Formats: sequence, C-alpha cells, structure tokens
Amino acid sequence: MKGQPVQPLLRFGIEKADSPVVALAGNPNTGKTTIFNALTGLNQHTGNWPGKTVVQARGKYCYGGQEVVLVDLPGTYSLLANSVEEQIARDFIYFGRPAATIVVADATCLERNLNLLLQVVEITPFVILCINLIDEARRKLIKIDFARLQERLGIPVVPVSGRTGEGLELLKKTVLEMVTGQLRPSPKQIIYDGEVEGALHQILPEIKGIVGDDATSRWLALRLLEGDETVVQGIQHYLTTDPPPRLEEVLA
Amino acid sequence: MLLSQLPVGKTGEVVAITCSGLMRRRLLDLGLVPGTKIQTLRQSPGGDPLAFNIRGAVIALRLDTASQVKIRLVK
Repeated sequence: MKGQPVQPLLRFGIEKADSPVVALAGNPNTGKTTIFNALTGLNQHTGNWPGKTVVQARGKYCYGGQEVVLVDLPGTYSLLANSVEEQIARDFIYFGRPAATIVVADATCLERNLNLLLQVVEITPFVILCINLIDEARRKLIKIDFARLQERLGIPVVPVSGRTGEGLELLKKTVLEMVTGQLRPSPKQIIYDGEVEGALHQILPEIKGIVGDDATSRWLALRLLEGDETVVQGIQHYLTTDPPPRLEEVLA
Repeated sequence: MLLSQLPVGKTGEVVAITCSGLMRRRLLDLGLVPGTKIQTLRQSPGGDPLAFNIRGAVIALRLDTASQVKIRLVK
C-alpha cells in the first residue's frame, strides 16, 4: 500500500492513459449511452471489464485541442456494491481515479437520480451533473432551476438533450475545464448524525495513515463502518504494488 | 399494513422498512424512504412479484421483499 501504487487504471483494462480519463455514470435508462455515442461517435472500443461478464465501452473525443478518454460505466441506482455492476462503477470511480465523473440524470424524474449523484460526490469532488432528456421534461412541463441546483450541490450542472445534441457543447467545455484544473468544484459534504460522525472521527486518522490524506478517505471510512468487505477486497486488488501472481506460480 | 397487501390501483405511503442490511439499502436506493408515495400497478399471474410505481419508475418486487415495507393507505 505504501509507495507508488501501480497504474490503477491498468487493472481496469485501460493500458495507457496519456489523455485524461472521464467516467460516465448514471441510473439505468437515463440516456447515458446516447450521450456516450454522441460524444465519441465511432471512436469507441467495446470489451469486458477484466474478469467480469459486464460490457465495458470506452471511447475518445477531442475538444479544444484536448483528447479525452470516456468510459461508460454500467447503469446503477447506487454504488453500495449490491451487484457486480455497482461494484464495477464504484471501483472505477474510487480506485481508477478518473479526472472527472459525469453523472447522467433523467430530467423527468430527477429526484430518484440524485441519490446516486450524492454517493459519487462523497467519493470524488470532480463531478459534473449532466441532466439529460430536457426536451422530454419540457414537453411534460417540468421546470428545473439549474442555477439553484448547481449552487446547492456545489458542482457544475449541465442540461442536455442527448437525442438532439442540445447542451453537448457546454458539457464538453465543462469537462475540459475540469480535466485541465480550471474548474475545481467544492461539493457540499453530507454530515451524518452524531453517532456516525463520532465513529468517523475515531477511525479517520488511522485510515488517513494508510491510504493518504485526501478527500476520499472519509468515504472509505464510511464504507468500513458499514462493514463493507468488498471495499477491502478492492484495496487489495487495485492498490497493491505487487503484480498479480502468474498462473505457473499458482499451479507450482 | 404491508406493501405486499396493497391492492392493484391503490396508493400507499411508506411508513417504515423493517428489514436490514443489503436489502434495506437496496430499497432505500430505489427511493423507498418514509413518506414516499407508492402505487401498485400490476400483479403477475402467480401473484408474485408485484409491480409498483416508485417515484416515476416501474419496479417489480417479490412478495417477501414487499412485505418488509410498512405502509399507510392514502385517500
């Protein structure tokens, strides 16, 4: 764990990342893949997540002279690792450390999508909320106060319509600003009740000693408090410096 | 009453979720928090599972899962 961890992205099947990697997360059926296709066009690769029978789609696009690698994560309602898909999405955002994560939400039922957003924001501050299907929301006479939402969440909010292409320009611009460090969001942290915060306070110094002191140690501490064992497996898998054992060594 | 007893077409409001662990987490993630309105939409031929409208999405739950949700009949 100490020292320089090997390129965590390698364990996700991404060989070399000269360009910043951006993850695309969201609930199922929010048009995540429509946006992925609209951004990357034909510039994509499809494969599997290493060792999992879940499809991984990866693509590239260029904007403002900057190439960006976009990874389409499986659609999930949550990141609390009840299923393989959730575990992949969570591991990628936490261990893969993408330069930015776009959370795609459905404008016609925004409320149910914000649960996932808040979970992502607990892991990383580099989040963009992309509210899709705004054309459909308009037709249903749903009004969304984007400026107020952005202010309350503390992260950029971009309304788009993946189908018509409306807002994609602003999305690409926002991604560019985030991966080049011009935009540093400061999302509002969720404060839990006294009991949870007290326990966090107790274990946090120890966790910071192991994984380093950054914003994400709080998230890790919360998962450990929940007794989530998959996150410990994740640490062993993604953050150890040793290469995985070779087949011959296992069989010997 | 329990969510599993809510007749098709009727609407209830979540009062409490009685299970714990992963299933509880799952139900909360789906948007089933106290105060949420939920409507039974359909019943499968065998009576299990049931389909519900939860915050704008249609979600099917098995009877043993639905019986972990305490509700109050609305209207």
